[in-house]
Amino acid sequence: MEAEPPLVRVCGLTKRYPGRGRREAPVEALAGIDLTITRGVDLALVGQSGSGKSTLARCVARLEEPTSGQIWFDGADLLALRGRRLLPFRERIQLILQDSATALDPRLRAVEIVSEPLDVLGPGDRRERRRRALELMETVGLPAAWAERRPLELSGGQRQRLAIARALAVKPELLILDEAFAGLDASIQAQIAGLLRELQGRHGLTYLYVSHDLALMGLLVDEVAIMFEGRIVEQGAVVRIFSDPRHPHTRALLAAVPSRPIPAAPPAF
Amino acid sequence: MPALLEVRDLTVHYTYGNGAPAVAVDELSLEVAESEVVGLLGESGCGKTTLLLAILGLLPESARVVKGSIRFRGRELRALSESERRGLRGAEISIIFQDPALALNPVRRVGPQVAEVIHAHRRWSRRRCREEALSILAEVGFAAPARVHDSYPHELSGGQRQRVVIAQALACRPALILADEPTASLDSTTQAELWAVLEALQSRFGLALLLVSHDLGALAALAHRVLVMYAGRLVEAGGPAQVFGDPLHPYSRGLLRALPRAPDPTGSLEQRIPPPIPGASPDPAHLPPGCAFEPRCPDRLPLCVERPPGETRPAESRHVRCFKYGG
Repeated sequence: MEAEPPLVRVCGLTKRYPGRGRREAPVEALAGIDLTITRGVDLALVGQSGSGKSTLARCVARLEEPTSGQIWFDGADLLALRGRRLLPFRERIQLILQDSATALDPRLRAVEIVSEPLDVLGPGDRRERRRRALELMETVGLPAAWAERRPLELSGGQRQRLAIARALAVKPELLILDEAFAGLDASIQAQIAGLLRELQGRHGLTYLYVSHDLALMGLLVDEVAIMFEGRIVEQGAVVRIFSDPRHPHTRALLAAVPSRPIPAAPPAF
Repeated sequence: MPALLEVRDLTVHYTYGNGAPAVAVDELSLEVAESEVVGLLGESGCGKTTLLLAILGLLPESARVVKGSIRFRGRELRALSESERRGLRGAEISIIFQDPALALNPVRRVGPQVAEVIHAHRRWSRRRCREEALSILAEVGFAAPARVHDSYPHELSGGQRQRVVIAQALACRPALILADEPTASLDSTTQAELWAVLEALQSRFGLALLLVSHDLGALAALAHRVLVMYAGRLVEAGGPAQVFGDPLHPYSRGLLRALPRAPDPTGSLEQRIPPPIPGASPDPAHLPPGCAFEPRCPDRLPLCVERPPGETRPAESRHVRCFKYGG
């Protein structure tokens, strides 16, 4: 029996942005990335802003054209695909961004936001699609009572749930979450993390998290890749990275963690 | 001596279309003393930003102050005309917003954007405003203020842009700065730098700060007092060691329990995620008649659905609104 190809395989990926004017050197956002994501095994890309982690995520989502290198998705050469042949892969890979307030159309109602991708893909009639959208909202913990609200009438956590419902509408296999937890308070972060965990089994999802927050990622995944200046400088099991960080930059990221602990542990309920 | 800022029974409603008004701030009272750092935390949507905008008189048209008073150095701000308020904003009270990219004009160099704040209030000569802007840019930690002065916002990093915004807020030496999640858009090492800048400026200028943040570690280090807000009301107040070390209100306890603790990635993934507070905050257009936290509360009493609890003082300098402590 042939072995199943990895969900994502990235080989020698580079991305160079031209410098401004004639004098400025080009910026090398990705300087040769090799990465494999196995189906069902979540991965977190962790690094500071400017480390290239979002560029890498956007290349995998085919929203950004890399300068050189290869990206394979489920055995298919993603960079060789254009136009209509790329469309099925656009459904299989979905991206969720930091602040859904700017990622969701402020004029649409919640239920319209979720049904929009269904409208484009066209299965079923209007009523059927609306019913499916309400069902998806229910799945992510947004009761039907919120269906007619617009994004700015929802809280940050609710908007993030809405973004997840919309992503699920097209039945993706890879969900990329780029700083999807930033700006949410601890309890809402834990709720969204629990929701993602719950959806994972039912929908056969693999998550690629992108974050600057190593402590938070340590709660969500078993495998972390640390990025610095366009390279993956260290990759491994979370347990090992926390106990025995090898790259100086990983140590710097770990040192930034203690801004979180607080004076004393509160008693349990 | 009156407090620097004194908010009494402030109630702010939003009205969308013909629906019931949404209660964003509900009979809220707080004080900030001269040079005091007060931390304010609560879920997104609980009314923190509305409170800050109400203090500045910058509420959007859909919002209305229904009742209450806002006094600054004993003066009632609600009684001021728009031009009097404008004279106060930026000069005596200023604000730092979350996203510096939105706070700065992208097509103008940043130095003049600091200088214009000074010019608007002081009416100094152009040259003197520029010199003052340069010295303030140095104060917020830029080693080469002249180079930053001539930069456009996109040429600076997120942390640098936020320092420019702090320079704007500081430009006229206000007595009080309101900060709305000033580090939320920055990554963790930059956040630490920015907190250090704020801390240094606060002690050097004796600034009073009203600081909204989800970063409890930073609040623990900086704040003299911490306020916890839920569904438009203050539910708990006390020193950071009291509120974080021994939270009284069930909401504060749940919030602290949900914090990722010291990094310990051992154990299964299921065990690692801290327990969130179940449920969601109430719809501000349909607040329950009793305590707004009651539907999510693990400690609810029969009384909780009847009326909102009043404020009690279970210990010296601690305030809480919960029937468990009398109410």
